[in-house]
Amino acid sequence: MRNFIGMTLALSLLGAAPAIAADAMDIVKKANHASYYVGDDGRAKVAMAITDDQGRAREREFVILRKDEDETDGPQNFYVYFNKPADVKKMVFMVHKNVDRDDDRWLYLPALDLVKRIAASDERTSFVGSHFYYEDVSGRGINEDLHELIEENDATYVIRSTPKDKDAVEFAFYKNWIHKGTSLPIKTEYYDVNGNVLRSYAALKVDLVDGHPTVTAAEMKDHQSGGKTVMTYSDVKYDVGLPEDIFTERYLRKAPRKYLR
Amino acid sequence: MIRLWVSMVVVFGFAPMALAQDVTLPEGLGNLTALKPPQEKQAGLPVDLSGFLETRMGARLQNDPLQKDMSLGEARLQIGLEKQVDRLTFRVVSDFIYDPVQDIYDIDLERGQGVIDLREANMVFSPLDFMDVKLGRQIITWGTGDLIFINDLFAKDWNSFFIGRDTEYLKAPSDALKTAFFFGDTNLDVVYVPRFDADRFIDGTRISYFDRARGKLSGRDMPVRAARPDDWFSDDEIALRLYRSFGAYEAALYYYDGYWKSPAGQDQVTGLATFPRLSVYGASLRGPVQAGIGAVEFGYYKSADGAAHNPLVRNDELRLLISYEQEVGDELTGSLQYYLERRLDYGAYLATLPVGAIRDDRNRHLFTLRLTKLMMQQDLKLSLFNFYSPSDRDGYLRAQVSYKIRDNLRLEAGGNIFYGAEIHSFFGQFQDASNVYSALHYDF
Repeated sequence: MRNFIGMTLALSLLGAAPAIAADAMDIVKKANHASYYVGDDGRAKVAMAITDDQGRAREREFVILRKDEDETDGPQNFYVYFNKPADVKKMVFMVHKNVDRDDDRWLYLPALDLVKRIAASDERTSFVGSHFYYEDVSGRGINEDLHELIEENDATYVIRSTPKDKDAVEFAFYKNWIHKGTSLPIKTEYYDVNGNVLRSYAALKVDLVDGHPTVTAAEMKDHQSGGKTVMTYSDVKYDVGLPEDIFTERYLRKAPRKYLR
Repeated sequence: MIRLWVSMVVVFGFAPMALAQDVTLPEGLGNLTALKPPQEKQAGLPVDLSGFLETRMGARLQNDPLQKDMSLGEARLQIGLEKQVDRLTFRVVSDFIYDPVQDIYDIDLERGQGVIDLREANMVFSPLDFMDVKLGRQIITWGTGDLIFINDLFAKDWNSFFIGRDTEYLKAPSDALKTAFFFGDTNLDVVYVPRFDADRFIDGTRISYFDRARGKLSGRDMPVRAARPDDWFSDDEIALRLYRSFGAYEAALYYYDGYWKSPAGQDQVTGLATFPRLSVYGASLRGPVQAGIGAVEFGYYKSADGAAHNPLVRNDELRLLISYEQEVGDELTGSLQYYLERRLDYGAYLATLPVGAIRDDRNRHLFTLRLTKLMMQQDLKLSLFNFYSPSDRDGYLRAQVSYKIRDNLRLEAGGNIFYGAEIHSFFGQFQDASNVYSALHYDF
């Protein structure tokens, strides 16, 4: 979901980005914005192809709806409606993403008509069995790391980010290659203390959606286990005009079909 | 517009420039002006079809002379159809079962017996902006408990639960009209069941139970004979839930008026088990506590008039549930629940108890522990759920291993182990029903 998720200023920011001397935090803010906050809201169909180290394939398909609470690139609501695999079809995962505390999460199990409140989990564990983590999908707080600009060329900035709380994460630091023209992170590598790559992200395809450059295919490789997940987005739309109450119990029990097709 | 134009010039200006040595630009970023919107796909079938096929086999760990050795042996096909016509959504979910252990093929949709178990047959619509209606056969769940229910007085299927069917079968369908009203922050659910839906309770046909009248276990030889209220619109049930959020906390008030869902009395003349009248007043609160989710739920069970002085009708009760769930390790979730069932008018109960009858405690305390661990990219799921009652000195352990061979194909194995110091306590009476099972499940 890197990049499906964003706000109207993206393009105008592009103009400013190369002109002024780049400050690392500034770049990270813009990247965060371009990745997760495009438009006031958005929707996309997501297909995940998960391959493990032994070549076994798994598929996930879901529709994700997102709405920002305000213009601060802060709290957001997510509604994830699963279509595949068949055993999770019609299940809904809902998140109210908070800035100052753990996210609130719900799971709706249609066969039981059960709305289950679920405990906030470690953000750095697998999202629905893929090689993407929750944090990759919803965005890692930009204040959780110290950022430095370590390289720059015509196309990209390279930012090195070191976690403030080392015990909370599995990596020692990560590097982010951020495309200057769009502020989109196009490559990310997570390293251990010895400088070995643990996981790596790569944007595979970028499309222009409603005027916003949007990553529509991306992959995450796990260099330890050898597996990888490729995510592709289709039917991406920004500024859908999602009503506020989509992200409530009412629509967990009664899926808002209009927005999920 | 000018701003956009300026931006595009800038983007265009940058795009063709040399790339960094160690990074490849993704497709599309090489030339931003060439970026195009992605193609949209067409929709699929006119009717949404889903379901599964499974076989499930189970065997008892003890010999119960009153039952078959096999606890479970069935092939099940579930077909779910959903169709939207204008603003109406129609949904039918039906199971087709071949079950030589039960060996009953005549269809009884109410009791869930026979070759067809209709799980859902309903229509959903929103006559007003602030109102959703679901009419027909449906599964309804509310409350905060994990496999413990206080204010959820919708039908349960305890047989399915205890012999190792999927957890979804703990909920039996209700034939109901559910109307939900949404008034901004505060919402109201009203469920009307025009004809009483009893639990699919333990009646001896699959699992033996302690028969207090006979002072021993009864099974297939003496199944419970019950007189269930079954007059349309007079033997009806109503359930209400008024709920709202306070920040991250969810509060609810509940009301139920109907009948005990499993037999809670006996007719003095006919000897039939009865479902006495029951009203329940309850409340719950759920929200984040520390790193987890905490909840508390309460219910006052008001039994039929005169229950306190009638030894053949279950007394009023207070019920309380406190629960906490938290992630305790890597893909490992733990949850704890404390549940109390307190018999009211205990003195009256003692006074009317026949000589020599088994005397229940005033309080039944129950603790549950659940551990769920996911492994192997979430293809392997290990789950443990234990009920333990220090007051009854009995318990029930549910263990399950589930492995996804492919996305649609799952292998399951598990056990339902009952233990207890006495044969007449809630879980203790089911000791001979302890079982292990396995299942192969294919989704489509």
